[in-house]
Amino acid sequence: MNAVTETSPSAESEDSAPAPLDLEAAYRASQVGQVLDSLERDLVGLAPVKQRIRDIAALLLIDKLRGTLGLSAGAPALHMSFTGNPGTGKTTVAMRMAEILHRLGYVRKGHLVAVTRDDLVGQYIGHTAPKTREVLKRAMGGVLFIDEAYYLYRPENERDYGQEAIEILLQVMENQREDLVVIFAGYKQRMDTFFHSNPGLSSRVAHHIDFPDYSSDELLAIAHLMLEQMHYRLSADADAALRAYIELRRDQPHFANARSIRNALDRARLRQASRLFERRGTPITREDLETIETADIRASRVFAEEGAHEH
Amino acid sequence: MRITQGTFSFLPELTDAQIRKQLEYSLANGWALAIEYTDDPHPRNTYWEMFGMPMFDIRDAAGIMGEIASCRKIFPRHYIKVNAFDATRGRESLRLSFLVNRPPQEPGFALVREEGPGRAVRYTTRAYACDRPEGERY
Repeated sequence: MNAVTETSPSAESEDSAPAPLDLEAAYRASQVGQVLDSLERDLVGLAPVKQRIRDIAALLLIDKLRGTLGLSAGAPALHMSFTGNPGTGKTTVAMRMAEILHRLGYVRKGHLVAVTRDDLVGQYIGHTAPKTREVLKRAMGGVLFIDEAYYLYRPENERDYGQEAIEILLQVMENQREDLVVIFAGYKQRMDTFFHSNPGLSSRVAHHIDFPDYSSDELLAIAHLMLEQMHYRLSADADAALRAYIELRRDQPHFANARSIRNALDRARLRQASRLFERRGTPITREDLETIETADIRASRVFAEEGAHEH
Repeated sequence: MRITQGTFSFLPELTDAQIRKQLEYSLANGWALAIEYTDDPHPRNTYWEMFGMPMFDIRDAAGIMGEIASCRKIFPRHYIKVNAFDATRGRESLRLSFLVNRPPQEPGFALVREEGPGRAVRYTTRAYACDRPEGERY
């Protein structure tokens, strides 16, 4: 790579032809590749989401390169909406997004401020605007992540203060684009209605990214990733049990993708702990401490209910 | 008479870009910023009115610049200063304080002489601006 920079002397080429721009160098300098790689590594599945993020990163990088030549197209609109079922990784991706935008220089600090309706909307007249401004102030230089954004708009109550919060948001989203990026998140259908009833908001959100549900294989991979981070592992039988658990759990109500898996693992840890506690007095090895057995998973309510249905 | 109070007050007025850099410096040091205003320019007037809350959890100067702008909008003819408070244990005091707004006309101070017992004279200063009631001074 040194050879490349040496063979393109900038002083000479300025007179004759413009120097070819080094996209590779810009890409490396931004270090955005590391974030994209870790996104690829740490997040299972979500192929369309990853592709969209790569597209956005490419656009921003090209935009910066164009900027160096004076081909400015104005600050790109970066406000986004993440839609998808619970537990599909919206918050996690938002955090990575903040990091990517920070590395590319589109937000100055790169922190994520996650809020819900309660943080933005006040209880009394005149309470909402200061509250929303306070949150916006905190999010300046970073990313404001509004979870379950559709709660901001309550069509059944026309005096609801949510509308006020939306108006302030709109104003800042439009006038202070270089100061913060807003990401709206929520269930697909309700977000669609939300944007439909707030056309001003919809037109200012440039990127709509939909998060698909995970397949069973992906959920199992996620479970392995989570266990690895918690320094646990599954015994061979427990692995099969977990697969069976996932299959059953998917069809039950209130299934929240990765979040359900996390909860299931937490409960398995609980059972593992009490199982080990029961046999106190006998020596416990390191392996015992880090292994989750079939029984820990099979004891779940999900399997019990399956048995109940069969009868 | 141009009042010199706080850091940088002997320099020409700071531009917004310069104020922003000072704020960035304060934030980078972890100091909390607050905005205060007054229309009583007496140097011994330590207790100015605070504009909004002290800003403890701000990460970027843009939010504070916005607050300064709205304070200037409401009090265009007041003195406005920004304080940077260091909450480190054992320090717990201001690290930086500078004016970001001042009235266009500053009439200055009168020297007041008070006759004491015998031939003693006590001197003090009184701001001309304070002849008028609060809120109507500049």
